[in-house]
Amino acid sequence: MFQQDRLNNEITFFQKIKNLDYILIISVVILSIISLFVMYSTDGGEILFHTKNHFIKLAVFFPLMIVVAFFNIKFWHNCSYIIYAVIILLLIWVSFFGIKSSGSQRWMDVYLFVLQPSELMKVAIILCLAKYYHRLKIENVNSFTSIIFVLSIILIPFIFVISQPDLGTSILIVLSGLIILWLGGLKIKYFIYSFITFLISLPFIISFLKPYQKLRILTFLDPDRDPLGAGYQIIQSKIAIGSGGIDGKGFLKGTQSYLDFLPEKHTDFIFTLFSEEFGFIGSVGLLILYSIIIFRIIRIGSISRSNFARLFCFGYAFAIFYLYCSKFIYGSRYATYSWLSTTSNVIWRLINVSYNDWFWYCIKCKNQS
Amino acid sequence: MIKSNSGIRKTDVINRRMFIIGAAKIVVLTGIIGRLFSLQINENKKYLTLSDKNRIREWKLPPTRGNIVDYFGNVIAGNLKVYQLHIIPEQVENFNYLLLRLKNLLDLSEKKIAKINKLKLELKPWDSIIVSENLSWSQFVKINNYLYDLVGIKPVITISRNYPFKDVYTHVLGYVSQPNEQEILANQIVKERFVPGMKVGKLGLEKRLENHLIGTNAIQRYEVNAYGKRINQLEHQKGEQGSKIRLTVDTEIQKACADLLKEKAGSISVMDIFTGDIIAMYSSPSYDPNLFLFGISQDEWQLIRNNPLKPLVNKTLSGLYSPGSTIKPIVALSALENNVIDTKFKVRCTGKMELYGQTFHCWKEKGHGWVSLKNAMKQSCDTYFYEIARLLGVDRLNITAEKFGLGKKVLGKYFENEKKGLFPNTNWKKNNLGRGWVLGETLITGIGQGYIQSTPLQLCMMTAQIANGGYAIKPKIVVDNDPLTLAGAKQSMQGEQLHDSDKKLFKNKKNIKIVQEAIFSSTNERFGTSYRSRIDDPKYQFAGKTGTAQVKRISKRERELDLKLEQIPYKDRDHALYVAFGPYVNPRYALSIIVEHGGSGSKAAAPIAKKLFKLIIDRHELRNKQSNFEEISI
Repeated sequence: MFQQDRLNNEITFFQKIKNLDYILIISVVILSIISLFVMYSTDGGEILFHTKNHFIKLAVFFPLMIVVAFFNIKFWHNCSYIIYAVIILLLIWVSFFGIKSSGSQRWMDVYLFVLQPSELMKVAIILCLAKYYHRLKIENVNSFTSIIFVLSIILIPFIFVISQPDLGTSILIVLSGLIILWLGGLKIKYFIYSFITFLISLPFIISFLKPYQKLRILTFLDPDRDPLGAGYQIIQSKIAIGSGGIDGKGFLKGTQSYLDFLPEKHTDFIFTLFSEEFGFIGSVGLLILYSIIIFRIIRIGSISRSNFARLFCFGYAFAIFYLYCSKFIYGSRYATYSWLSTTSNVIWRLINVSYNDWFWYCIKCKNQS
Repeated sequence: MIKSNSGIRKTDVINRRMFIIGAAKIVVLTGIIGRLFSLQINENKKYLTLSDKNRIREWKLPPTRGNIVDYFGNVIAGNLKVYQLHIIPEQVENFNYLLLRLKNLLDLSEKKIAKINKLKLELKPWDSIIVSENLSWSQFVKINNYLYDLVGIKPVITISRNYPFKDVYTHVLGYVSQPNEQEILANQIVKERFVPGMKVGKLGLEKRLENHLIGTNAIQRYEVNAYGKRINQLEHQKGEQGSKIRLTVDTEIQKACADLLKEKAGSISVMDIFTGDIIAMYSSPSYDPNLFLFGISQDEWQLIRNNPLKPLVNKTLSGLYSPGSTIKPIVALSALENNVIDTKFKVRCTGKMELYGQTFHCWKEKGHGWVSLKNAMKQSCDTYFYEIARLLGVDRLNITAEKFGLGKKVLGKYFENEKKGLFPNTNWKKNNLGRGWVLGETLITGIGQGYIQSTPLQLCMMTAQIANGGYAIKPKIVVDNDPLTLAGAKQSMQGEQLHDSDKKLFKNKKNIKIVQEAIFSSTNERFGTSYRSRIDDPKYQFAGKTGTAQVKRISKRERELDLKLEQIPYKDRDHALYVAFGPYVNPRYALSIIVEHGGSGSKAAAPIAKKLFKLIIDRHELRNKQSNFEEISI
């Protein structure tokens, strides 16, 4: 059946619906529902700003995801470079005219909502590099010019985003780029050499840091050394997770978050709150749900015929994995102020991100045919 | 062909590399699950405890002090409901308006208002500020009437210490008040149970028995948020009232003592000669301990402090006096015990005695003529006692006196401020003054002057031990579960074989009897020094010895002038002393009276004993009945 479809490349609308990855969709729906409940809990068991806001986002982006899924993957392949270029322009625009808020300048007002171009860049960089490696001959992967070209594609958005400043997003952009490099077949020794170089230069980088930044790193490694200052949030987060036990304290009964011992519970500590209320069972369940989503994305990549789709799926799967894991890891030990802390509403973002990949995958499915 | 090969190879590379990443992802996921496992399952208990420590805060309430009751169960230190007024700043709409209203309603001073404003800045908005610790009932009613207009205030009923007999027991009980930091830190139990507003014993038994009286805190557990604000109450754990302490004292007698010493400085102690129970112990003048409960005002404090009669001194235990002639029974006993004299031994008193060119006067200028022990005791002839003291020597006298409790603390266990007194001997002088003992000093020690110093309670105990036939007793003021019951104590002192020998203070029982008889004659025979204060009714008949202690050396001129009491400046007047025991047949109680600067013992102190003895003996039967009850319920 697939063979036939491939030939004429045109399948009916009905077939497109049939080809959707329903396991992925159902996982995302379940995750959305969980996230709504969790947001309800962060609002203290009332329907307040965060819950409403989250619901609106779901209501807008879920249908959008389905719609995007019906785009042909060729469309995205063709537009990759353009999308990348446009977002670079947006980043430049933001760096001059963006909205300033709490010390950083990373948003632009687009009348209906506030747009953060660096979030879009997370997708765009993968699109762009996937297309580049799709078209690059395997023999040229390790050529000097291609490496320089790819590195500049990664570094340009990185420099704009880190100067916003938004360390968390910029690191994600770099990591997404590097993962495509890896998948594209860059020699392993390059990765090893540059990693060793990075380790060696680390002390020099640290020596350029300001004292408060050094303190943050130390606290990050050992929260107990500063229990009332920067370490407070980490310790409180550990207490929250640890006190959850096997089955948790129960929905809306997480005392650590309720009584304000957890700061930033809508964002960085969202997992902490979840883990306190639903315990080990709930946390592992959530991890499994995430794993299913990631696995389905990888699966779509692995059955797709075009390397563009393959690279994109694998790259995106990694980006999502990184985001999910970072939340778990922050929550359980390495917390907030750490570089990724700047990101917005986490669960929302996780789901939002999964919409993105998801529609790429749906696109993929269609394309496979 | 090449292109498709290249495409396939590329796909292979991508898949292979993806596999490596996939493996890495699984490792990371396993790590996360492992971490969750260790936090939520292995260390769950630890974090659960930490979480509870975060959210649960305990508020301790002041414990309720145990009552102190007298022998008959009358509460002499109890607890009373008091009405307090608190402000909870966060509930107040207009703080200045509220203060203005309260100022008008309660007549608050400007100073108090300033203090409340200061507290408001210091405390958290949900902590209550105590406006008044002790509102009168009418003020409390007034506040309750205007409650609708006074948003943010809370009338509170709490419990406070109360001393119903006011100044009668001050020197026994002491008082409670707000502790200072040192007092909190010094006592572990107080430190643990301290809460603002709690009061601790500052003096006397209230201080000494703090750990028994204190009681345990009631505890309120609240759930609090990260900022310490109470969210809801979880539980209320009731505290236990402190132990009830029953004293041996008799309030009726104590009150009578207070009446008898009104306007005078002095002390009365009454003791059971068998059990050592202190029946009364009053130091005059006294002051009202209730004044200290909520902080004494400066004026009142100055009034007490500057009183020339020194109400702050517990004269019974901390007042040191020359015993004067009240020591004579011990001197006589010591002489008899050491076989220096016998009943037939006589001395001729000419009114004075010369020794190495120094003249020692008898109180009676004309002299008593030839006197035996009995007559010397009766008339308190100084010359006789000079002579036997000379024959005896101060060291032998010292041994007997210390046996009978002079120079040692009587109730040291209970009262920190009790003084030891002093009974000198030759060694003491050499060690402390660096000079040798002079025989003349032995003579004046024989009439209870010179270095010798004793507390009124010591004199009372000394008398009690003579009265009970010469057996050591252990005075006590707190009724405890000592197996030494009344019957046992009495039996052990009368039946020789029943008691252990270290209780016996004499060598020959006859000597005690001789001294007792001599004391008896002093009160109940003509020419006895306290003959005028005698009671003829054998039921109340008592035996006592007067004493007049000089507070300064009498100059020759003064001796010739022979001034009347009123003509001498107050602080130069002699202390009047009296020790006694009764009833004479089957004695049961001993007492000591001292009236500071009261003049002669026979005029100022002995009449007090007469009035008191009637009451003491009358109360005896009641007391006897009472002692059958193990525990008195109030």
